[in-house]
Amino acid sequence: MFIAGSYDIVVIGAGHAGVEAGLAAARIGCKTLLATLNLDNIALMPCNPSVGGPAKGHLVREVDALGGQMGINADKTCIQYRMLNTSKGPAVQALRAQADKKVYQLLMKQTCENQENLDVKQLLIEKILTQDNAVTGVQVETGEVYTCHCIVLASGTYLRGRVIIGEKTYEGGPVGQRAAMELSKSLKKNGVKLMRFKTGTPARVDKRTLDFSKMQIQNGDDETHNFSFMSDISTREQVPCWLTYTNEKTHKILRDNIDRAPMANGIIEGVGPRYCPSIETKIIRFPDKDKHQLFIEPEGVHTNEMYVQGMSTSMPIDVQFEFLKTISGLENVEIMRPGYAIEYDCLDPLQLQPSLEHKNINGFFSAGQSNGTSGYEEAAAQGLIAGINAAMKIKGRPPLILKRSEAYIGVLIDDLVTKGTEEPYRMMTSRAEYRLILRQDNADMRLTEKGRQVGLVDDERYAVYTKKRDKINEISKLLKAKKINPSGEINKVLQENGLDEIHTSLTLYDLLKRKNVDYGRLQNIFNLPVVNIAVKKQVEINAVYEGYINKQQEQIERMEKLENKKIPADIDYKQIDNLRDEAREKLLQIRPVSLGQAGRISGVSPADISILLIYLEQRTRRSE
Amino acid sequence: MLNKEINDTIAAIATPPGEGGIGIIRVSGKNSINIVDKIFVAGDKRALSERHSHRAIYGKIYDLHDKKVIDEVICLLMREPHSYTKENIVEVQCHGGMVVLRNILANLLENGVRLAEPGEFTKRAFLNGRIDLAQAQAVMDIIRAKTEASLKMASGHLSGYFSSQINQMRELLLDVIVHYEAVIDFPEEGVDEIDNIQVMEKIGEVRSKIGNMLASANTGRILRDGIVTAIVGKPNVGKSSLLNLLLRDERAIVTDVPGTTRDSIEEYADIDGIPLRIIDTAGIRQTEDRIEKIGVDKSLTYIKKAGLILALFDASRKLDTDDQKIMALLKNKNAVIVLNKSDLPQAFDENCMKINCPDSKIIHMSTVEQDGLTELIQIIKKMVYNDNIVSNEGEFVNDVRQADALKKADSHLSDALKGLDNDIPEDLVVIDLRSAWEKLGDITGDTVNEDIINEIFSRFCIGK
Repeated sequence: MFIAGSYDIVVIGAGHAGVEAGLAAARIGCKTLLATLNLDNIALMPCNPSVGGPAKGHLVREVDALGGQMGINADKTCIQYRMLNTSKGPAVQALRAQADKKVYQLLMKQTCENQENLDVKQLLIEKILTQDNAVTGVQVETGEVYTCHCIVLASGTYLRGRVIIGEKTYEGGPVGQRAAMELSKSLKKNGVKLMRFKTGTPARVDKRTLDFSKMQIQNGDDETHNFSFMSDISTREQVPCWLTYTNEKTHKILRDNIDRAPMANGIIEGVGPRYCPSIETKIIRFPDKDKHQLFIEPEGVHTNEMYVQGMSTSMPIDVQFEFLKTISGLENVEIMRPGYAIEYDCLDPLQLQPSLEHKNINGFFSAGQSNGTSGYEEAAAQGLIAGINAAMKIKGRPPLILKRSEAYIGVLIDDLVTKGTEEPYRMMTSRAEYRLILRQDNADMRLTEKGRQVGLVDDERYAVYTKKRDKINEISKLLKAKKINPSGEINKVLQENGLDEIHTSLTLYDLLKRKNVDYGRLQNIFNLPVVNIAVKKQVEINAVYEGYINKQQEQIERMEKLENKKIPADIDYKQIDNLRDEAREKLLQIRPVSLGQAGRISGVSPADISILLIYLEQRTRRSE
Repeated sequence: MLNKEINDTIAAIATPPGEGGIGIIRVSGKNSINIVDKIFVAGDKRALSERHSHRAIYGKIYDLHDKKVIDEVICLLMREPHSYTKENIVEVQCHGGMVVLRNILANLLENGVRLAEPGEFTKRAFLNGRIDLAQAQAVMDIIRAKTEASLKMASGHLSGYFSSQINQMRELLLDVIVHYEAVIDFPEEGVDEIDNIQVMEKIGEVRSKIGNMLASANTGRILRDGIVTAIVGKPNVGKSSLLNLLLRDERAIVTDVPGTTRDSIEEYADIDGIPLRIIDTAGIRQTEDRIEKIGVDKSLTYIKKAGLILALFDASRKLDTDDQKIMALLKNKNAVIVLNKSDLPQAFDENCMKINCPDSKIIHMSTVEQDGLTELIQIIKKMVYNDNIVSNEGEFVNDVRQADALKKADSHLSDALKGLDNDIPEDLVVIDLRSAWEKLGDITGDTVNEDIINEIFSRFCIGK
């Protein structure tokens, strides 16, 4: 056996999960290998050319706040930004950007290649090597071995990937790449349970053959936004997207050919995501809708390829040609790459601990699509956590586990490891029960300290964070301390500034809660310190939504009590007679780390939790 | 449901249902003393919180809403850690009857106490170190057994009508929640905007439904426990007089309860702690007033519904075919045969009655002279306590739980309306709507977050 190298950690796959895992592990100081089956496709975006959106944009901010890379590189390369949900509350406002795919990839490749402690290599890993249920290395298709103590599997859609276009299918990864056909076997042999999922993507069409005059233009926001708390980009060239619609003609063609759809003729076995249905699925499931909207989005500034968002399909090529031409503005369309569906193996995430380490294989972590999720952002978030926790394991430190009340990342991972998933999992704000606390604007306040503790947040980021945090505290304190009385003088000043009179004495903090009052006005009237927008915004949001925020805080405190009751790893559920059989089975399978987590498992009732609580107390007393 | 705290304040009725000179409500938890103080006024006006442990304090419990005295009570005060649970405990001893107990409990629940789970006092006693290790197994057995029993009871108890009402309300709320969530999570995917005015109307609709349900369950008089009791008999045998007699009794508490079927009216009589739900009292009165012929068919439907039948016959007249038809219906039923008009000469063939209805007790009564009422009550009590007709803790607990959940749901909905009124962003309004939806789900046992997400995908065409 030829040992080609030795590492602390090997990351399999250099997509959005893999790069974050590799960078995080290396930055924390572990000798890390990032293995990809194609060096030209690091951080590939094989589907939509965009980053962010509700919940996803939150994830990008959280990754950034912890010291991840996605936000910084997106800010440097994205070609259009929009803040969504601006008419709604601060918790659900979300940033979405159009990416320049190739430029993003190049920059991420550069970032990885120049990261200290990180080696990037083109390798197709075929086997994971273990001894006594602990990781010892990986073996490449050409036979050589890299030894390591931890593996982060970030294999995306490449595990036994199969591409489907109409009646044609072939083994492979996205966009004409190889697939990892052998690794699944090795995983199974090591006791890893696999599932089969499916996803799909629309055609890419030639910009020169489109008639944009028949579409609505969608420009980016005038105001400049950034994902990263470290970015200070203030101007940016933006490229528009275009909106058009399907029509009855399009639908008729799809209906007439529905028997040729791979999902209808049984070619596709994998489970696809409901939130990302193919156009043929949309037409079957919502027959009453007379049109579906489509966004035509640039894939980058150096290419004529345009992405037809909303038109994901695996119909045969002739049908794709026919129906695309019925769409307003696409009458003369030339397809550059057809839409396709892809099936792939992924892990059942119920096998994982909240640290993303496999329960039975010491040192084996998994992240991203290989955990049954979908989306670049979901992948990056898990990659970051898996990378951090592999590094923590190497360093002999406890893993970083974020709570549901601390981060969308916490919700994402808790959902995966507690409830599992039956379709590619997408993050949504409605999955978060403490949405108001988990805002995109306060991700740094929630997480940067934690990133610092694990050793990922550098001095520069930490200084920016502490300065902002201290300023917010200082201003809030100032506003709470300063009381005004309803004197004629004060009311006159308020009225002169367009504010309502006050009738009782109140603090400036209370005044800030009123409609039409913002910090800027108070600053003018009462001579308060000038602060930057980010600080101002935090102070305002905290004041205005104080009532709701407190409500959620109370809910969190109630939940934490059970969350803090840990269940020892060696608990024997078979010993606890009084548990109902269903509950015992689920507990045995999932092996929750806390009573809080146990309570979220479907099939475990409050009475079962009571019984667990008593059993644990009994155990503690016995051992005393 | 799962977020139930392990150290909030809990309460439950500690005495078994049924006959008893006193009833006890036990309140345990950090805030138990302060909470009881909110509805208890001692004879000397000193608050419990100012008193020493292990004292018995006489005073009165007042209703939160109408400020009237519910009962004279004695409160036993036990401060932590010198109590069964090692927490602050107040035991309220009152005058037995279930109505009073329930009323006091309902008032406590409105003040932030949570209804204890099965076995929860004992569980706390163990967790707080009051009970030794050997007893832990017993605690778990209790929880398991009581939970199973109460689950069985809950599922058996929820009538189709009741749960369908709750489900209708949840469906209405889910519509709104799902629409809001779809708009929030998929802002660029052409989901129709929401008309907040319509939402407010829908919320109003749900609130008025809750209001109606609460009106029948409210102020400690509970909607659906007690023995369903039917008074049957030919016209003019004195059904209405008997009804009035039962209701006029000074121990009885009378309310108008819209029944489970909209066409009938129930009244609730508390006979020495035994709750009687007398069905179709309107029907009884109507037929008496108008001297209509009461169909045997109608008697049949009452008898089917009822757990206790009071069958009236006119002892001053001879048995006729209608009487015999009614007699035939009483076979294998819990029936008391009341031979009314005992003040007049008896013309009725009592032996024939005994032969036809061997299982039924027969009593003589005069509703005019009010004779025989005591005997009737004695017989009913005997039937209840010895023969276990109905009525047990589980059923009752269910009702308090339901009322409590309905009230909380209503208060969340009221917050949601306030939010919409003040143009609070919809994602915050949804917090209250979801809380209300979950509370209602607590009643029927269906609260699953995943439902919302499933509905988003099934109702809206979403996807890039």
